[in-house]
Amino acid sequence: MLLIKNGRVIDPASKTDANLDVLLDGEKIKEVAPAGKIAAPHGMEVFDASGLIVAPGFIDLHVHLREPGQESSETIETGTRAAARGGFTAVCCMPNTKPVNDNASVTRFILDRAKAGGSVRVWPIGAASVGSKGEAIAEIAAMKEAGIVAVSDDGKPIATAKLARQVMDYCRSLDLPVIEHSEDVSLAAGAVMREGVTSTRLGLRGMPAAAESVCVARDVQLAELTGARLHVAHLSAKASLEQVRWAKSRGLRVCCEVTPHHFTLIDEDVQYDSKFKMNPPLAAREDREALLAGLADGTVDAIATDHAPHEPALKDVEFDRAPFGILGFETALALALEQLVQSGRLSLMRMVELFTAGPARVLGIERKIAAGQPGDLTIFSANHSWTYHVKESPSKSRNSPFDGRAFKGGPTATVVAGRVVHRSH
Amino acid sequence: MRIVEKSQLMSAPEIDRTLQRLAHEIVEKSGGTKDLALIGIVRRGVPLAQRIAQAMRGIDGVNVPVGVLDITLYRDDLSKVAPQAVLRSSDIPFGVDNMDLVLVDDVLYTGRTIRAAMNGIFDLGRPKRVSLCVLVDRGHREMPIEARYIGRKVQTSDTEIIEVRLQEIDKEERVVLVDRVE
Amino acid sequence: MSTKFRDLLALEPLTADELGFFLDQSKPFQEIQKHPLKKLATLRGKTVALAFFETSTRTRISFAAAASRLGADTMNLQAEASSLKKGETLLDTVFNLNAMKPDCLVMRHAASGATDYVARHLDIPVVNAGDGTHEHPSQGLLDALTIRDRLGTIKNLNVTILGDILHSRVARSNIHLLGKFGCKFTLCGPAMWVPRELEKIAPGTPIRCVYRIEDALEGADVIMMLRVQTERLNDPPLSADDYILLYQLNAERLRRASPNAIVLHPGPMNRGIEITPEVADGPQSCVLEQVTNGVAVRMAILYLLISGATETDTHPVLQAKSKESANASD
Repeated sequence: MLLIKNGRVIDPASKTDANLDVLLDGEKIKEVAPAGKIAAPHGMEVFDASGLIVAPGFIDLHVHLREPGQESSETIETGTRAAARGGFTAVCCMPNTKPVNDNASVTRFILDRAKAGGSVRVWPIGAASVGSKGEAIAEIAAMKEAGIVAVSDDGKPIATAKLARQVMDYCRSLDLPVIEHSEDVSLAAGAVMREGVTSTRLGLRGMPAAAESVCVARDVQLAELTGARLHVAHLSAKASLEQVRWAKSRGLRVCCEVTPHHFTLIDEDVQYDSKFKMNPPLAAREDREALLAGLADGTVDAIATDHAPHEPALKDVEFDRAPFGILGFETALALALEQLVQSGRLSLMRMVELFTAGPARVLGIERKIAAGQPGDLTIFSANHSWTYHVKESPSKSRNSPFDGRAFKGGPTATVVAGRVVHRSH
Repeated sequence: MRIVEKSQLMSAPEIDRTLQRLAHEIVEKSGGTKDLALIGIVRRGVPLAQRIAQAMRGIDGVNVPVGVLDITLYRDDLSKVAPQAVLRSSDIPFGVDNMDLVLVDDVLYTGRTIRAAMNGIFDLGRPKRVSLCVLVDRGHREMPIEARYIGRKVQTSDTEIIEVRLQEIDKEERVVLVDRVE
Repeated sequence: MSTKFRDLLALEPLTADELGFFLDQSKPFQEIQKHPLKKLATLRGKTVALAFFETSTRTRISFAAAASRLGADTMNLQAEASSLKKGETLLDTVFNLNAMKPDCLVMRHAASGATDYVARHLDIPVVNAGDGTHEHPSQGLLDALTIRDRLGTIKNLNVTILGDILHSRVARSNIHLLGKFGCKFTLCGPAMWVPRELEKIAPGTPIRCVYRIEDALEGADVIMMLRVQTERLNDPPLSADDYILLYQLNAERLRRASPNAIVLHPGPMNRGIEITPEVADGPQSCVLEQVTNGVAVRMAILYLLISGATETDTHPVLQAKSKESANASD
């Protein structure tokens, strides 16, 4: 039994914002009561959350754990430890491993590894097509039975409109969301950053915003055609957001996520430093403004990190040759507090929703603090000063553009299935 | 380290008289001004060469050509004197082949500058003769180089520095002996 | 004012004073090009590493000539012969080269920013001899020197650049240099090669993109041609016939420019494609002066970076730190 007392419970699903005690028993929440109402029996573990915020466990819809196949960059063990430090209690890992998670045995391998050495819950996402090659539909039903929560060919979009349509049809029948990495690959070919004044000045090949929004438009049309649940991954462009807004206004089952780096940084921050290279690339100033507005007005459903570790040997090369992607877990909450809450754009309640009820809705599950619910909690401070040092990360990689950045507020403790898996000192 | 002025070696009229004398000596020893040319070493050798040429005009009525030579590229101590490595333009508007050249500088010290200047000259051609004229010779040579025309010889110690200050560059006109005091 | 140049990676971050300093320091080397004996011993015992990870003939030879005329030795790394194809990283290759103790690295690379990246990891001066589609600083300097020699000034000129500007490092270096001296730019070429974003790459410098060569040449003082890649006519491919029809610089079109206008080309030229032989060999063309000035500019760059010269002009006595320099006037 674990008693978390005197915390300020913020639970978007039940619109709760009150000082409450939360009692966990085994893997579940046993009781939620006004502060001081639950008497702690002798010998019970007590966590004093005075001055801290107690939220439902954070869910990250978009992560790369690199196992199997690229264990020199990350493993399920190291990646989930970093996730726990970032306050995440569940992470959805993309299928672009080696081999690709396009069949039930890879799915089971991931889940077995997570069970053996994972700090947080690992919810695999299966490939939409075999090998994510965009030719034949993967064995989605078998993977669903093994435990996938969605499908995606992440790293790239589902190759053709025809296949995307077929995958959407199939996944509607299986009630699985289709997560799209929206990118017109011909428009993005060879590009290493967003096209604009900065790319032109630096002489780096840019992809236009339309490389993303053209594909979002295609997928939104197909979502309407098929009635499928479409989730747009790491949305970065204003025009894409408008497509999603339009889809929602039509009542389509279309949702989207935004990463902390896209709502924090812009293309002008790129200075030939590969730690600022990711896909989709950092967007224009006006795109960032649009994303912030979308996060506030509800068009954006979730914050997802797109945690993409690459070992230094791969990433420390000339900008053109570096692979796309940056670390995300440990700075996500702090960046959200800084950019969204401390800036006055979002309430704390809305921010918590983007990490909890929002992503849960995308997956079609519930996430709230109530008796009988899973004992997953994220406990954080909204104001303590700290500095992120990537060298202290449990991740095997170091590719963060936020190394050395000072923050106010961040994760304090992470509770998964009734057990404290991370506690900062 | 402080820089202290110890004494004045030459006043403005003394500088002027000395240059007049040097002009006469050069014309006399060269047997006239035929094929004669002066080359001032950047920086203070340049106004000195021009003034000597002007004095020669008074003697012979002839315009002796004056060239400007920046020896920076020919120094042998590049890495030690970085701030001085900034280049100034050389301008030698005549062919040096078979000329009777007089290098003009303000102070003769180790001789290294003159060594560098001769390297520079020989990149331009093959003069008949090269001689050296200095306002002050302070001793302490490190090269087998002597001046043919000397304004004044001065005994100095290692720490002392002779500063020639000329109107054209320094907005004053005198030669002083300064010392470095720890 | 003090200016210590450790590397020369780009012209964009340099001030007008610093750029002017580079140009002024090139003058003595222009004079040396006219000497019967062009060889100096200034950098005797120094070694310049030339690492060209992208094929280049003239820039490499120009830097090699500059080093040699300063008395320096060169070490040559050819892309074809390098171990890059064996999977060695750029940094490893450069570290290996550096372990042979050169005093300066001159580097060309197909990736924009590659020289910045290498310079961050090296303690010797690095000279960018062209990085991807970013900058080509020595070309920018030699172009400015050529313009100043011909027109007497580089201030407040109307400069027209023709060709594939999006992919041109020469254009960027020229814009960043001449823009700081009040020049106005007109960029012209097929719209795919001349995106509007170019108008904003140098805040404070007036840049306009136009798509008719007749408009671009009107009143130009300087016309800079860029090489058109005949093999593939750049990206996207365009027919050579279309290019000639719309953008070839011929004598008739040149008449729209200012009567004293000069024509520059970084070479190698495609006669009959971007420029007619009549213009290339005409009195307004400066192409050979550019090549001569290239050696002078590169001598100045190597000299300044290796000698560590600065623009500081302190009291000569205060500079007297050793006996050798006790009398600057010795």
